[in-house]
Amino acid sequence: MKKKRMLSGIGVILLFALYFVWNEPQTAYAMHIMEGFLPVKWAVFWWIVFLPFFLLGLRSLTKLTKEKPETKLLLGLAGAFTFVLSALKIPSVTGSSSHPTGTGLGAVLFGPLVMTVLGTLVLLFQALLLAHGGLTTLGANAFSMAIVGPFVAYGVYRAIIPTGRQRLAIFLAAALADMATYVVTSLQLALAFPAASGGIAASFIKFAGIFAVTQVPLAISEGLLTVLVWNWLVAYNGQEMAQLQSIKRGA
Amino acid sequence: MNKPKGWLNVLIVLAVVALVVFPLIIVKDSEFGGADGAAEEAITEVAPGYEPWFQPLMEPPGGETESLLFALQAALGAGVIGYAIGYYKARSTKRERSDEHSA
Repeated sequence: MKKKRMLSGIGVILLFALYFVWNEPQTAYAMHIMEGFLPVKWAVFWWIVFLPFFLLGLRSLTKLTKEKPETKLLLGLAGAFTFVLSALKIPSVTGSSSHPTGTGLGAVLFGPLVMTVLGTLVLLFQALLLAHGGLTTLGANAFSMAIVGPFVAYGVYRAIIPTGRQRLAIFLAAALADMATYVVTSLQLALAFPAASGGIAASFIKFAGIFAVTQVPLAISEGLLTVLVWNWLVAYNGQEMAQLQSIKRGA
Repeated sequence: MNKPKGWLNVLIVLAVVALVVFPLIIVKDSEFGGADGAAEEAITEVAPGYEPWFQPLMEPPGGETESLLFALQAALGAGVIGYAIGYYKARSTKRERSDEHSA
């Protein structure tokens, strides 16, 4: 058992080393789609896709706070976690910076739809006050960060938790949600801006090469930080966590 | 109840710090811009002639104000997280104590 763990540890380090060697530094960017940078029809399209999820999210959020008002502080914590992580522009191996999303924690705690609302609020704050992201692109950005991310997190967590390795489940849920967010962003840009030769696929490879590659170390950081907060919660608030888990199973 | 494993949390923090510092050391000649200006370049490369059709309603006048707002965002979030964890910790300690009393 111990030996197996050590081997997998060495494997991870080797993979990482390869990743760093292969990855030529380049000027790049990796963040939300900026204001006005999606053609009108795509901006509208993503808004339409995003809205039903947001409304369902609002419904499940009100239901949660009505039935279990004591979870409000935990909700605040999950929202604050995305708020902090979205503010941290972290340097990456591509020579550019990006920021984590922090949506995995809340998605695992409360389910993905609640996180759709919290993630959207963070995006709205950044779009309005920081000119980071935008209102016209809010639908698209919320779809990647506040819908796909949390759903991926939730799915990954549910898939791994039967093995009983809870920390691993949390880590992968958060890290993969982060990665998925930026893969979707790349796809959204590729759909809106297909390359002259090669079309959407070529464009996707170009954007994903920029976005996703930059995001790899950040996703790992996000996974680790999520486990850190999770550890504290389990240690000091185990009861409420257990209650939340049983509610979700019933729902 | 699960006791916190202090050493694990320390390891996690160290790993995150390493992940952040490592790129700064190995990548030379980069400003690590995540700048919106660079994003414009990438899109104009694929779609020359694309004009953004909407401008941000409000934009921080410069880098300093922008970093102020980002710092504020992080500080507010960290404050809430600290408050919540502190609250939970004190509550669980209090519960343990009253359990001891009643036992």
